[in-house]
Amino acid sequence: MSERSIIARWRARVGLHDVLAQILVALVLLMAVYWLVGNVISNLERQNIASGFGFFNERAGFGINQTLIDYDEDNNYGRVLAVGLLNTLLVSVLGIAAASFLGFFIGIGRLSQNWLISKMAMVYIEIFRNVPLLLQIMFWYFGVLRNLPVPRQSLSLGEFIFFNNRGFMLPAIHAGEGALWYLLAVIVSLGAFFWLKRRARQMLMATGNIATVWRPTGTLFLLALLTAYLIAGVPFQFDIPVLRGFNFRGGISIIPEFVALLLALSLYTASFIAEIVRAGIESVDRGQREAAAAIGLTGPQALNLVIVPQALRVIIPPLTSQYLNLTKNSSLAVAIAYPDIVSVFAGTTLTQVGQAVEIILVTMLIYLSLSLVTSLVMNWYNARIALVGGTHG
Amino acid sequence: MKMLSFQFRVVIVLVCACAFSQSAAAAETLSIVKKREHVQCGVSQGLPGFSNPDDKGNWVGMDVDICRAVAAAVFGDSKKVKFTPLSAKERFTALQSGEVDMLARNTTWSMHRDTALGVDFTGVNYYDGQGFMVRKDLGITSSLELDGASLCTNLGTTTELNAADYFRTNNMEYEIVAFEKADEAVAAYNTGRCDAYTTDQSALYAQRLKLTEPSAHVVLPEIISKEPLGPVVRQGDDQWSDIVRWAHFAMVNAEELGVTSKNVDRMKAAKNPSIRRLLGVDGTFGENMGIGNDWAYHIIRTVGNYSETFERNVGKSTPLGISRGVNALWTQGGLQYAPPVR
Repeated sequence: MSERSIIARWRARVGLHDVLAQILVALVLLMAVYWLVGNVISNLERQNIASGFGFFNERAGFGINQTLIDYDEDNNYGRVLAVGLLNTLLVSVLGIAAASFLGFFIGIGRLSQNWLISKMAMVYIEIFRNVPLLLQIMFWYFGVLRNLPVPRQSLSLGEFIFFNNRGFMLPAIHAGEGALWYLLAVIVSLGAFFWLKRRARQMLMATGNIATVWRPTGTLFLLALLTAYLIAGVPFQFDIPVLRGFNFRGGISIIPEFVALLLALSLYTASFIAEIVRAGIESVDRGQREAAAAIGLTGPQALNLVIVPQALRVIIPPLTSQYLNLTKNSSLAVAIAYPDIVSVFAGTTLTQVGQAVEIILVTMLIYLSLSLVTSLVMNWYNARIALVGGTHG
Repeated sequence: MKMLSFQFRVVIVLVCACAFSQSAAAAETLSIVKKREHVQCGVSQGLPGFSNPDDKGNWVGMDVDICRAVAAAVFGDSKKVKFTPLSAKERFTALQSGEVDMLARNTTWSMHRDTALGVDFTGVNYYDGQGFMVRKDLGITSSLELDGASLCTNLGTTTELNAADYFRTNNMEYEIVAFEKADEAVAAYNTGRCDAYTTDQSALYAQRLKLTEPSAHVVLPEIISKEPLGPVVRQGDDQWSDIVRWAHFAMVNAEELGVTSKNVDRMKAAKNPSIRRLLGVDGTFGENMGIGNDWAYHIIRTVGNYSETFERNVGKSTPLGISRGVNALWTQGGLQYAPPVR
């Protein structure tokens, strides 16, 4: 039923006094909110607690050990908010990707005919789903951190990647001007890949012949890289981390807090996603699988072309709430000192500035926006696949 | 789910306290405390020597003694106090919202806190300064050798800011790893996540006791900041503020006058007018604050004088083994000085 028809029917059914009652309730609600806000402000003033959002422009003065954008102590609290938000987004986006990937395979594994695989998937799900997330975070952080070597005895991979209890140290790549040619090569190859793929599909539909896409794309990509090399040479510089003093300097370091949080969040959420995927696949009628087999599709083909597209319609809505959960759960980062928005903004900034009402409000609004955007994207995707499903159903 | 519950609490408490009640900050703390029949005191989540539960579950420490002294002054009974363990981050919100009557939580008196948070510091019960603790086998003797070090510390403290200032001033690089709970910061330092643990020097000695091998760690000699630690009350309730302020002063004055928990009953008969005024034999000093005139007598009888609480909790005979240093009386070259009871 469309939204418009609901409103039309509602208009037809309710009279004027019903509408007035609604307006009255809305007014009372507004007044209550107005009174609450006014009262909070006047009470804060009476208690001599500073209020307002002027603090955003004040100098922060503290350090943060993982920043995706340039930050130092001279930046202001607004910048701190941006740094914290980006750190939250980083761990959430990567966590969502990892949890989906892992959860999908475990969910399928759970339905495997192979007794060992299905039991292993079950054990995984039961363990990770039933241990509180905070404990899992602590386990990955303290349990695993304890066993890692000190910087002087770092494990190394070919002397340019290092691993110790301060995290992963990777070489940084600094690109010169000539790197644009390489970028161009990648873009051209990608464009060619999608174009060829579309053509191959059209050909498949028209003639039934299967055309290879990978071979021409690969050749083109190598040629493009060679051209870029001939024009620009090697415009990259590697900044390899070296042990100096207490720890490695240079390169990129991935802090253990991030690794532990990402591991815990994705392993925990994957167990829920696995169950959602299992339920989704089981919801597809047995006849579909049999029909797929009857027209000669192989097991993986049947899964890809017949089962999963239908299962997705059942999977997406609960999957969305798992994504929301993961994003919100990332606030547990504060327990292991990962500098997310709750730690640097609703934590350090809150205590330095002391304006709990404003800061908690901003933090809540940000989490709300993140959740709404995630829901919006997932609903859009859901609507799209629902439509595709509808055409043949 | 510590974090979630904290945010939830902040919101609930602030909405309730700010929106619905008019009472929390007004000059009524004493009558609320009297009606409730105990003092609600905000302390740390466990810092040996300052506020820490002993093996029987009783809170002990120098900060705890301030809470007990206030209870003794108000009720004549130092047991009429309940403790709320608070993280560094939660403490001011808990006080502002009226969840606790006072903080005695190794809290640094700074201008911003005093002027912008709606709270007042009533005095300094421990003069401290920030220091660093490192592993002995690093072979470091000065904090100026810490260039490039990772520092574990507590989130939402002056420590975080001081460390940033110190390293920048001395042109050194550093990585800060800030934990919400002190226990986790210590655990992370213990596992080797950080080269140094930094906080107030007294707390370094206290936390060192929690490490797997305390003797393998050394506290560096430099003190990089002033950290005057003291009790905190809500701004605007002068009567309550006076009681908390003078509970500490009574203990300092008692030490100066040689009054201890052991001789306090005898001292009541002393001829020295200063002692007579302190113990409420003469004058109406208690009444002026809205409590009994024998307020200080009860403090000294049940909690002791400043020297007694210092030696019992952090002094030479305790595992912390801290000497009086700047916390000696002014008459002995220290900073502890109390205005006269007159």
